[in-house]
Amino acid sequence: MTNTPGADLHLPEGCMAGIAMHEMSLCESILQVLEQQAETQQYSKVKTVWLEIGALAGVETEALRFSFDVVVQGSIADHAQLEIIEVPGQAWCMPCSRNVVVQQLYDLCPHCGSHQLQVNSGDQMRIKELEVE
Amino acid sequence: MCGVCGCGEGHSHSHDHDHEHDHEHSHDHDHHHEHDAAHSHAPGLSQFRMVQIEQDILAKNNRYAAENRGYFGERGILALNLVSSPGSGKTTLLTETIALLKNDLDIAVIEGDQQTARDAERIRATGVPALQINTGKGCHLDAHRVGHALETLQPKDRSLLFIENVGNLVCPSSFDLGEAHKVVILSVTEGEDKPIKYPDMFHAADLMILNKTDLLPYLDFDTEQCIHYAKQVNPHIKILPLSAKTGEGMDSWLRWLKAELELQRIDYA
Ligand SMILES: Nc1nc2c(ncn2[C@@H]2O[C@H](COP(=O)(O)OP(=O)(O)OP(=O)(O)O)[C@@H](O)[C@H]2O)c(=O)[nH]1
Ligand SMILES: [Mg+2]
Ligand SMILES: [Zn+2]
Ligand SMILES: [Zn+2]
Ligand SMILES: [Zn+2]
Ligand SMILES: [Zn+2]
Repeated sequence: MTNTPGADLHLPEGCMAGIAMHEMSLCESILQVLEQQAETQQYSKVKTVWLEIGALAGVETEALRFSFDVVVQGSIADHAQLEIIEVPGQAWCMPCSRNVVVQQLYDLCPHCGSHQLQVNSGDQMRIKELEVE
Repeated sequence: MCGVCGCGEGHSHSHDHDHEHDHEHSHDHDHHHEHDAAHSHAPGLSQFRMVQIEQDILAKNNRYAAENRGYFGERGILALNLVSSPGSGKTTLLTETIALLKNDLDIAVIEGDQQTARDAERIRATGVPALQINTGKGCHLDAHRVGHALETLQPKDRSLLFIENVGNLVCPSSFDLGEAHKVVILSVTEGEDKPIKYPDMFHAADLMILNKTDLLPYLDFDTEQCIHYAKQVNPHIKILPLSAKTGEGMDSWLRWLKAELELQRIDYA
């Protein structure tokens, strides 16, 4: 998802002036979780955040990194490192009766070409682990 | 309604919970130091440790959505979340639908837009209650704000509640509002490839309305191809072509609404 120079920048429609509002609001949700966990888990500073993002979650990881740095400024996660674990998409193919790997929600089954696919993994957005102080 | 965020129960204003994070934060550490993996602090000065949390990023929104869903379930209210690009005809579809149904059913509308109360005013002009939520810079409605809107709007038991989301084919797909169904509206002027360009939204929706079919004679829009793309992204999606302007195809939409409302009322004690 890196943008090569001269190539089109893929910003989701509905985002203002190049700011990916979608990723921005996801980062606000991440920060809320970090702040809420700070009390129960007894920490005052977050150093690293491991996120698991599915390939089908509709998240631009570059935009997410950018937004994260902005959103956490001045918070308990100021300057925290964001580690993104990308999880491949998986769907159940009805004609083949088995799980297949998919890159996009509109992919056809790589074995039989059917679009009777039921996504069962790869649309998650989860905070897995934190390194805290 | 707001047990989760602790913003106080029973208040009827739709306030903003985005606190500013302006708590005292002493910048006594060096902001230029590198946070690379090799970086280590002097022993004894810091105790970094690992915390396993396994939390869905949208967990908080999902908790509010579950509350809203419970609210609708208890009251036999059918809530529909209408999503689309700006200008596909959501508000027009609503005003036309309300005109045809308001003598048979109770209807209420929550309108989400970044600015202005124009759409809520268009709805109120039809004689049904409507509440406008302005999201400002935010590009989608979230379940928390919808929960507060319910406190104010107080939709009737066994009624039909339309939630018109902010015109945006991207983020509203991730934010569950507690609705029974997402209904995506695509107008024929937008091109047949929208379902594969914005697959998340078409994947999340249960019904796709193909609006402005009265304009088909003037366009190269390939309806068959559009339906094929939508089914490719979501094999279960139902598709209704109609024109909110001429009324062509509206009867199928009304039948779908009434059938869904009946299903929602089955649970209602
Ligand atoms: N020809 C034609 N025009 C329509 C139809 N439905 C809506 N329109 C027109 O499309 C324009 C946008 O309609 P709205 O109902 O405001 O669309 P919207 O999706 O609510 O727009 P936002 O709330 O701004 O995202 C208006 O000029 C409508 O008159 C239709 O079926 N046929
Ligand atoms: Mg509108
Ligand atoms: Zn197959
Ligand atoms: Zn609240
Ligand atoms: Zn700092
Ligand atoms: Zn958004």
